Amino acid sequence: MSGSAMERRQFLKVTALAGGGLLLSSYSELVASDAASTGAIGGAAAPVALTGHVRIDPDGTITLMAQNPEIGQGVKTMLPMLIAEELDVTWESVRVEQADLDTDLYSGQFAGGSLATPMHWYPMRRAGAAARQMLLDAAAQEWGVSRDALETAEGVVHHRASGRSAPYGDLVTAAAGVTVPDPVTVPMKDPSEFTIIGTPRGNVDIDPIVTGQPLFGIDVVQPGMVYAVFEKCPVFGGQVRSANLDEVRAAPGVQDAFVVEGGSDLSGLLSGVAIVGDNWWQLNQARRNVLEVEWDEGDTAAESSEGYRAQADALFQQPPQRSLRRDGDFEAAYPAAAHTVEAEYHYPFLSHTPLEPQNCTALFQNGHLEFWAPTQTPERGRAMAAELLGIPQQDITLHLTRMGGGFGRRLSNDYLVEAAWIARQLEGTPVKLQWTREDDMRHDFYRPAGYHRLEGGVDERGRLVAWRNHFVSLGRGDGFAPSASVRDTEFPAGAVPNMSMGVSLIPTGVPTGALRAPGSNGLAFVYQSFMDELAHAAGADPLQFRLDVLAGAGPETALDAPRMMRVLERVREVSGWGATRLPEGTGMGVAFHFSHRGYVAEVVQATVSPEGALTVDKVWAAVDIGRHIINPLNAENNAQGAIIEGISHALGQEITIADGRVAQSNFNNYPLLRMSQTPEVEVHWVESENDPTGLGEPPLPPAIPALCSAIFAVTGKRIRELPILKHDLSWG
Amino acid sequence: MPTTFTLNGSPITVDAPPEMPLLWVLRDMLDLKGTKFGCGISQCGACTVHVNGRAARSCRVRLETVDGDDVRTIEGLSPDGQHPLQVAWREVDVPQCGYCQAGQLMAAAALLERVPNPSDDDIDAAMERNLCRCGTYIRIREGIHRAARQMADTAGNGSVPEEAK
Repeated sequence: MSGSAMERRQFLKVTALAGGGLLLSSYSELVASDAASTGAIGGAAAPVALTGHVRIDPDGTITLMAQNPEIGQGVKTMLPMLIAEELDVTWESVRVEQADLDTDLYSGQFAGGSLATPMHWYPMRRAGAAARQMLLDAAAQEWGVSRDALETAEGVVHHRASGRSAPYGDLVTAAAGVTVPDPVTVPMKDPSEFTIIGTPRGNVDIDPIVTGQPLFGIDVVQPGMVYAVFEKCPVFGGQVRSANLDEVRAAPGVQDAFVVEGGSDLSGLLSGVAIVGDNWWQLNQARRNVLEVEWDEGDTAAESSEGYRAQADALFQQPPQRSLRRDGDFEAAYPAAAHTVEAEYHYPFLSHTPLEPQNCTALFQNGHLEFWAPTQTPERGRAMAAELLGIPQQDITLHLTRMGGGFGRRLSNDYLVEAAWIARQLEGTPVKLQWTREDDMRHDFYRPAGYHRLEGGVDERGRLVAWRNHFVSLGRGDGFAPSASVRDTEFPAGAVPNMSMGVSLIPTGVPTGALRAPGSNGLAFVYQSFMDELAHAAGADPLQFRLDVLAGAGPETALDAPRMMRVLERVREVSGWGATRLPEGTGMGVAFHFSHRGYVAEVVQATVSPEGALTVDKVWAAVDIGRHIINPLNAENNAQGAIIEGISHALGQEITIADGRVAQSNFNNYPLLRMSQTPEVEVHWVESENDPTGLGEPPLPPAIPALCSAIFAVTGKRIRELPILKHDLSWG
Repeated sequence: MPTTFTLNGSPITVDAPPEMPLLWVLRDMLDLKGTKFGCGISQCGACTVHVNGRAARSCRVRLETVDGDDVRTIEGLSPDGQHPLQVAWREVDVPQCGYCQAGQLMAAAALLERVPNPSDDDIDAAMERNLCRCGTYIRIREGIHRAARQMADTAGNGSVPEEAK
């Protein structure tokens, strides 16, 4: 239920390196028991394969390969910490290197779904433990003693009886010849022996970051490299009819310009005009000032946010197109309830806006394609490029770069296949495709907008007895558009005796996708805000009301209610909920949400002036992601960032569609939270007897409804439509 | 027409279109990749450099306007990567993705030149034009206070802002 039940099969292989030394890979397969949680990365129930590895050179240098893409979540530091722990070396003694995409050596090389921790918690440790055991076996053979008589400490094998010892580097050549242990049975440390896991460790890339050394995809330079810009139709999926290529080719700095035909898959290569040359800024000037394209805009040109809203209003007048869940008898229970509430909620499209605009460098030569790619899903990107160019995957090399943020945007590889196509046109010349911020904001895979109609009832004792949700979402083909779905186990499903969940879909040609805490980042706002309305209708304390609802949860719900109750109780305690006398104009709101295996409850304190000026004062979060916080230094940062992102979404962000295109263009009309708007954020860890799980996403969703409920506590105004700053918050 | 200016302490002459933004001159002609492109319209601060000691958004600084000026980038913030802000950034472990941090450091360094003991309000005002998409603002503020404290200790004046204590 909580995702801790995972089945793992693991294999090891050892490779002797050309220059001497040992490369140990631990290959495993993992089957997540709750495949739904992997939906964020587009996964089905298919097994996900993993790997980790260790390189020890005869000179004693220990290199740990960071296999997963680093988007700022700290995985380049955290996964190697797991290996180092069981290898029994000091953290200071290891080097960490970013691995290329290599599906023979590694698996699970992606960043998404808060999955790195739950997928790699055992395989990475086993890789370290197995390497350690091979070094022990090598020493045992060389010294003619039993392995059991040996121990390790800080990268040295000791034989206490004889006083002999040898650093790992001295044993590595012999270790390459020993029997590879079964990784599942290789002994691992008892947690009481951990010296790295659970200790604060700084970002392994801190030096290049603070000194400005090249590190990100945008920083890649290859000999003889040229640049490219790519103009696509502002209406999603539109096609080039014609373009003034000759004039563009005559512009300063332009070497060539050509039309790319593209296909109809919104996540693949789309039609557009590529302009290449050796000065990116000049190319972009040519694009802005010279390029003229006549587009066939296609059907999506008729779509708009206003139009979706009108369709949602019409759909709310009818029964849902499909039923997701029915428990008890809502139709009987609702009219019989002591207090009832009806409300409509709406949240808009959002853009990811990672600060590093999309880019990718590629070289096509002799039938081989080489990428330097900031991507969260390199394996999928390689497969897409192979299919597009009709070349085998083994003829593609993909180097992973650090990324200036991901947030789900770089789960899609549209910019990568654009670079691949342009690189083939320029055979033999490396090319860096660089998007602008405007490209990024207008060609995203947006958090889908959603519309909800809710009816709920509480009985005379204040118990939640009836709940009906008609969710009007966006559709593609016969199903939900990407990341526009809801699970039939989404809380409070399973905790309300009379429940009805139904869905209707509005077809859309706007690309949608996973934004940090996909699904949850909209649903938590709706469900937790509505629960707050019901608590007020019942005359109950909003936090206690939630505890009472959780206490009534049955087995048919997605979450483990006792775990959630513990984080709610903790946040009540640390925030002074109900016990702090707040000045007039200041209020608190509470919310919880389960997503990506994590349990989070938050209290937000906000102040609203009588004129309606909002200040978010402070956030308290209580988080249960299992028994270990692997790197507490990064974990706090990550959780604070998720909460700040939630507030950023809620306050002012909205992508609107008009005539099939995005109205916003840059940070001047799509505001990110700034320092002066940032609250204090206190994060409290609630440890539980579960294997550790991911943190990137779970703290985000509760921040939004908790903030909205804090505003309600002050103003009596219920925020049912985001973003908040569209509303007049004046009171008194 | 060539433009001559001082870059990280050394004179340099660049032959580029006069209206080309300094950001792209630095990144693509001089191969200094520390200064980052985030928005191109002076909204995010990832491209912050110093021009004559003041924080400037290099995406909106035309090359011709820095003729004769003193330009400093993240690569020239300190000779050894040990500027008190760089030290504080390591100690606090400020970054998440790290992309905005060069701009944050340059904006913060310009602030500390003007206001050695900044209050939270001083910091908010000076850093208002630097976005961090990951939301590391809490640690950025802490890092600035820590660097200010360390600079004050080094200077021996013992003057420490209230909120940094």
